[in-house]
Amino acid sequence: MHELSIAMSIVEIAAAELRQQGGTTVAAVHLRVGAWSGVAREALQSAFELARVDTALDRCQLQIEEVAVAMHCPVCQCERAIVSPDDPRCGVCGSAASEFVHGRELEIVALEIET
Amino acid sequence: MNVLKETRLVALRTHVLKHNDVVARSLREEFLANEVCAISLVSSPGAGKTALLEQLLGRLILQYHVAALVGDLATDNDARRLGRSGALVRQITTGTICHLEAEMVRTALLDWSLRDLDFLFIENVGNLVCPATFDLGEQIRLVLFSVTEGEDKPLKYPTIFNSADAAVITKVDLAQAVECDLPAMHRNLQLVRPGIEVLEVSAKSGQGLDQLLTFVEQSRRRQCPGT
Ligand SMILES: [Zn+2]
Repeated sequence: MHELSIAMSIVEIAAAELRQQGGTTVAAVHLRVGAWSGVAREALQSAFELARVDTALDRCQLQIEEVAVAMHCPVCQCERAIVSPDDPRCGVCGSAASEFVHGRELEIVALEIET
Repeated sequence: MNVLKETRLVALRTHVLKHNDVVARSLREEFLANEVCAISLVSSPGAGKTALLEQLLGRLILQYHVAALVGDLATDNDARRLGRSGALVRQITTGTICHLEAEMVRTALLDWSLRDLDFLFIENVGNLVCPATFDLGEQIRLVLFSVTEGEDKPLKYPTIFNSADAAVITKVDLAQAVECDLPAMHRNLQLVRPGIEVLEVSAKSGQGLDQLLTFVEQSRRRQCPGT
């Protein structure tokens, strides 16, 4: 359950930002999570509910935006979506990727801070 | 009475594991400064990670100063087994945590002198999911899986395979017996990690061990050009 480590890290970063910015609490944390980030959405939500207890974020919501895997296709010569998460070939022509350009994201993009 | 609250949106672009990244980066710098080649190993339980590492340590120790950190949930069987090779071995007990984090590596290394080492191996907890997200400061991440685990393993765990620098297919002596389609395994690896270097080994028969040894020695020369 590595999601607990991740949830604790989110709480830590948001609480530090709250202290720096000033405010009473963080109402929401907006996250971008790639399909290949290795983080399961449901598990992260439950872990976050545990991690926020007794912190400045005790009512904070986690807003997760999922980022699909995208590859550079050497045949189409552009960025393409893949067929499916377990079939990482070009969704248009079926070629193998030369590299992947999206899907590993795991980042905090914004905080909603209550004043 | 309704208390009016004002909410403002603060834009941030921060990797969630920022702290881990910072520690990992400083470890990587230290490895480089001390000319230590740090190689981590990840796999499912039972892929033969410890058996392979045992062989590798046993051979490297003849020529190099070698150490290993072994991540394990509880017991120290693996660490004791590896210690017999003569290498410096230390276990990191993770308890309920199913992966290593950079901070655990840093703590485990505190009283070791990196300057006296040529190779540091970091054996992660047996798990193909949790370790994927955590940078340990290693220069090379090896992902291991055995011929008994099926050709589609890389497609089932794309995150860890995509994060690896090289893949090692283990127990190749059993390939025929379990009717493993090795070419399909290679194709699937290239699909999730284009260009990845792949080695086939058997700790039992010794097949591929010379190539693996060459690979780690070359890795060291690439990472530590002064050596
Ligand atoms: Zn294409």
